[in-house]
Amino acid sequence: MYWEPEYETMKRDELQQLQLERLQATLHRVYMNVPFYRKKFDELGIDPDGFTSLSDLRNLPFTSKGDLMDNYPYGLFAVPLREVVRIHASSGTTGMSTVVGYTKNDIKTWSNLVARILTEGGITKDDVVQIAFGYGLFTGGFGLHYGAERIGASVIPISSGNTRRQVKIMQDFKTTALVCTPSYALLIADAISETGINVNSLSLKYGLFGAEPWSEGMRQEIQERLKIVATDNYGLSEVMGPGVAGECLERKGLHINEDHFLVEVIHPQTLEPLPPGEIGELVITTLTKEAFPVIRFRTRDLTRIITGPCPCGRTLVKMGKVMGRTDDMLIIKGVNVFPSQIESVLFAIEGTEPHYQIIVDRKGALDEVTVLVEVSEAIFFDEMKKQRELIDLITRKLTSELGISVGVKVVEKKTLERFEGKAKRVIDKRRL
Amino acid sequence: MLRIKNLQSGYGKLTVLRKVTMHVSPGEIVSIIGANGAGKTTMLKTICGLLRARDGEILFDKRNIRALSTESIAFLGCSMVPEGRQVFAPMTVKENLVLGGYVQYRRHLQDEVRRDLDRMFELFPLLKERQKQLAGTLSGGEQQMLAIARALMARPKLIMMDEPSMGLAPLVVRDIFQNVTRLRDEGNTVLLVEQNARAALAVADRGYVLETGRIILEGKAEDLLANREVQRAYLGRDLDAETRI
Repeated sequence: MYWEPEYETMKRDELQQLQLERLQATLHRVYMNVPFYRKKFDELGIDPDGFTSLSDLRNLPFTSKGDLMDNYPYGLFAVPLREVVRIHASSGTTGMSTVVGYTKNDIKTWSNLVARILTEGGITKDDVVQIAFGYGLFTGGFGLHYGAERIGASVIPISSGNTRRQVKIMQDFKTTALVCTPSYALLIADAISETGINVNSLSLKYGLFGAEPWSEGMRQEIQERLKIVATDNYGLSEVMGPGVAGECLERKGLHINEDHFLVEVIHPQTLEPLPPGEIGELVITTLTKEAFPVIRFRTRDLTRIITGPCPCGRTLVKMGKVMGRTDDMLIIKGVNVFPSQIESVLFAIEGTEPHYQIIVDRKGALDEVTVLVEVSEAIFFDEMKKQRELIDLITRKLTSELGISVGVKVVEKKTLERFEGKAKRVIDKRRL
Repeated sequence: MLRIKNLQSGYGKLTVLRKVTMHVSPGEIVSIIGANGAGKTTMLKTICGLLRARDGEILFDKRNIRALSTESIAFLGCSMVPEGRQVFAPMTVKENLVLGGYVQYRRHLQDEVRRDLDRMFELFPLLKERQKQLAGTLSGGEQQMLAIARALMARPKLIMMDEPSMGLAPLVVRDIFQNVTRLRDEGNTVLLVEQNARAALAVADRGYVLETGRIILEGKAEDLLANREVQRAYLGRDLDAETRI
């Protein structure tokens, strides 16, 4: 099932032609309308008329989150405010929020691209879609809402929070698709088991999760506990919001909507473009945004590009699941560690609950990592021997995965903090 | 069908088109809109070889036609309906049409030319009525129909039209554009260049906005119509003034 087959299955050479047309037009527009880009191009001696191929993109300067903050709130808008019909702000996972705007056409494009992603994830107009993303300045709620409405699905704009009520509505309204963060999906799964509802009695079939990195292990857990097909989708407010990329039912990477976004993966330190397959920082150039175009925006998300044909028939390249953010990357004893690596180890081990926390501290000159993980009541209270074995197993697996030794502590079920929006898994005490 | 990359063109020392990249897919109507002097006509002239491109690539059916003569480009299936009609005034309507079939004639397909002529009379009954009349005595709208029919006689894969609405009354313009839509519905591919942006975007599937030799916007025609920059600059609509009333 495709939403826009003419674009989703476009021949690569036709797509590249379209990308070049749109890139050239975007460069002319930002040069004319955004003083920030004009100044930057002039300083670097870049002639917007000089772009003759997509590979010329690498000669353009990057735009960083810092540039967006420096131009807070409206400095990077490419149209006058009277043409802006919507203003969102980034969810501020890290630091200060940034402000983005949308014209009428931008909202239309956004709805359409999210409709693509929902279709990829199995949603049709017959579905009842429960959107448990926060509505408000955060783009998650509205973005998915527009897309689902565009498809013609029945949308329940419940927003995040009040987990018991989520479950009740899910049961009463016969929700067939759940949309939220993966960590919140697990929280909902917990609430379902607590209320003693048989998951099989629910109408739930699909789940589309995003807004934070999550592992394959977490996917398995969500799929098994909610009895759904869970797909990942990706977006960020600085670029548009959800709708940048989404997984098809093959679940082997997220198709990037390349007719609207030009992506590169760069080495986070040398900033050199990396070949497909190599992990680095995702950089996005918008091709059709009117109000808030961005040129080579450094997303700080780490992923890789997956080329090659997809059995679903889409010709759009895929990106791997986001492994983490460049600023989530922990450097422990000189080794790069991502929370997602720890997560995938934990999820593969029998007896652990899908809730964990990573605490980083410094004792003297040495970094120390402790992983707190919830375990089932049986293990926590009754069987000390089993508990010991479990800790040993986790420690061994983590050490071999990460290449550094970490401490492991098991904690009682429900003692770690729960998250309705984006989860915060790492507590780095070194900076305090 | 047509794929242009980084096309540069102009007259003498004057550069009109600067690195224009655009395409037309089979079966679609694409409109290029822009103000006077933006480079619209230069673009069509360069595509059909009346003007030599200085740089860039023009692929027609995957073949680079940049260095070909106008005749060869016409033979490949790229026909032009020129600005201001340019019908042969002292010749009859029928003679004008037969001349349009020259490409077919050269291929020794005289029977086809006859069949095409009948088809044109079917498509444009008015031309049948006036077939013996001198083209110069037709009204502007009728001449435009004739110019379109003459281009169709070559059985083109791509029809390029330069300002077909120029100097015509609004009702006649509507008639012309209805014919353009009909051509598309019958499987033809049309590249339309227009100052009358509203009419051109109303019939088009996609469009490009050309400004001082550069494409600054590409999109579905309906999206371009909804773009306020386009509305202000090309549709003569100042929405802010409208709301103030």
